[in-house]
Amino acid sequence: MAEMTLIEAIHQGMTLALAEDERVLVMGEDVGRNGGVFRATDGLMERFGPERVVDTPLAEAGIIGAAIGLAAYGLRPIAEIQFLGFSYQSFAQLLLQAARMRWRSAGTLTCPLVVRAPFGVGVRAPELHSDSLEAHFAHTPGLKVVAPSTPYDAKGLLLAAIDDPDPVIFLEPLKGYRAGRAEVPEGRYTVPIGEAAIVRQGKDVTIIAWSAMVQVALTAATTLAQEGIDAEVIDLRTLSPIDTEAIAGSVRKTGRAVVVHEAPRTAGLGAEIVATINDLALLSLEAPVVRVTGYDVPIPPAGLEDMYVPTPERVAAAVRETVRY
Amino acid sequence: MAIQMERKDAPAQVLSETGAVAAGMRVEEPESLLLEMYRWMTFGRAYDGRLISLQRQGRLTTYAPLLGQEAVAVGCGLAMAEGDWLLGTYRDGLAGILRGMPEESIALFFRGHPLAGARPEGVHVFPMQIGIAEQIPHAVGVAWGMKLRKAATATLVLFGDGATSEGAFHEAANFAGVFQAPVVLMCQNNGWAISVPRSRQTHSETLSQKAVAYGIPGRQVDGNDVLAVFREARAALERARSGGGPTLIEALTYRIGPHTTSDDPTRYRPPEEFASWRDTRDPLARLRAYLETAGLWDGARQQELEAETQARVAAAVAAALAVPMPPAESMFENVFAEPTAPLKAQRQEHRSAAGREGASHG
Repeated sequence: MAEMTLIEAIHQGMTLALAEDERVLVMGEDVGRNGGVFRATDGLMERFGPERVVDTPLAEAGIIGAAIGLAAYGLRPIAEIQFLGFSYQSFAQLLLQAARMRWRSAGTLTCPLVVRAPFGVGVRAPELHSDSLEAHFAHTPGLKVVAPSTPYDAKGLLLAAIDDPDPVIFLEPLKGYRAGRAEVPEGRYTVPIGEAAIVRQGKDVTIIAWSAMVQVALTAATTLAQEGIDAEVIDLRTLSPIDTEAIAGSVRKTGRAVVVHEAPRTAGLGAEIVATINDLALLSLEAPVVRVTGYDVPIPPAGLEDMYVPTPERVAAAVRETVRY
Repeated sequence: MAIQMERKDAPAQVLSETGAVAAGMRVEEPESLLLEMYRWMTFGRAYDGRLISLQRQGRLTTYAPLLGQEAVAVGCGLAMAEGDWLLGTYRDGLAGILRGMPEESIALFFRGHPLAGARPEGVHVFPMQIGIAEQIPHAVGVAWGMKLRKAATATLVLFGDGATSEGAFHEAANFAGVFQAPVVLMCQNNGWAISVPRSRQTHSETLSQKAVAYGIPGRQVDGNDVLAVFREARAALERARSGGGPTLIEALTYRIGPHTTSDDPTRYRPPEEFASWRDTRDPLARLRAYLETAGLWDGARQQELEAETQARVAAAVAAALAVPMPPAESMFENVFAEPTAPLKAQRQEHRSAAGREGASHG
């Protein structure tokens, strides 16, 4: 097993898929000659040729719309949207077309499409580069949404997404691309879509997070452990469909929960998770569930983004509040 | 490759408006094909009329009439070959039937039936698209796939004049050019996008000239001349199949009816314009006039065809009305290949609610 970064794990996942299945192709802005602005597709065009690793015109709706046609025709496109915030320009194609091809055709046309995009703050980029849009996708029937936080999960979920017969939005943590190295098996393996992971066992409170916020939650848990608060941390990994049993099982054990996400609060996925706890574990609760999220403002420019995004300190404070309730 | 700028005054034509062979042209198509064109257009028109009355009777939710545009549907449908793919709009069900969709599919669609978009095995027709221009990039993707697979086939996509104002049209035309996708972009310029005339969609002199910007050939054709549409579509498809890339074709036609049965065109359309198209440029009358002059058609044959068509339309409508509405629970199907846990739970929830309702009504 080799140690690699999350972006290297994604690169390896795509390399495997391209080598194993001639139906797979990678397409997007700058994915070919340049190897992707984050190097996710580095060297893939040289290895697999410009017909399978394709530099497209700069047009997100065109990329997704053409990918839908390719998928319906029987290919397995992996479309890269350079930054998730740019996917707004392809929303009609993603939300109304990719998501509904199977449904509209009564199952006689399908859309096995993977859309990869990095999201979240992390590279001090200008406006629109850092937005977290997962709630829009999770709110759309017909789309699956995954958001791995570790190199192992990134490769395994990517291969599961490519195998999936339906469109999958694959959200990559910009901040986590090169944040650390972890062991990743060389060969093919998958991580099932729809299963959360308990990444830290604890008995006092459940912290639910995904993508870059998992590390924030874990850092908070380390701080809290020194104060005698034993936090369990769930990495949701898949945002649609949500692993409701993993959440409920943990909350039944701990009796307390804090949900952390980078996206704005109102109508964010945190609200869905609070409702899930309400549905499945209300009588186990010792305190109201607290959300630690971005604020209901456009993500501020780079100079202020650190003050917008949840920090370990904000998460720890929320946990203390629920424990003292 | 030189890009030809089409002159607005010279759309391709085989038959003039009176049905006489246009200057310098010859009709070389076999008699059987000419008669097939006429039979299909007659079927399209009769079916259309029947669907309008069904809608008025409340048996269809709404309907988008095809009246006046039959030649584009039939010319394109007959120009396509085995293995070609067709995509179109809510007004393009007749072309879909020509390419193998069941004859009841239009009525089923406008009944609001969830199975209307199902394509039979081996039929390469996308479900009718409601979102304006959204199917054009899909067509380019399908065509690009054909090129990657080295299939000797092509894709034809139908859309309207209004669609050329949408971003999806422009992104798709651009992709088609860049990837030299074997696709025919068939714009049915029927003059009106609901109440907005073609002149308010674009300041361009023609729609076909937009092809110039994307480095692809653009053609204009008389969209009420089925032979001209057939020839233009066939030539563009053949070029696409043999590696010649995409073509944008603007078919000049006219929507004689309303946008849909909910629309009242007298609010916005000059009556003399519509009357002129209806009375002097009708696509069926034009072909019939040619056939009669050529000795291929007469009153007796017309009567026979009308009787045959009436029965065919009645059968299509009866078939559509006979398909039972599936149980409400079917709404949970085909969201994904395998229902997710929330879908299973909601299906159960729906079943329980329906059960309770049934019990209380019982």
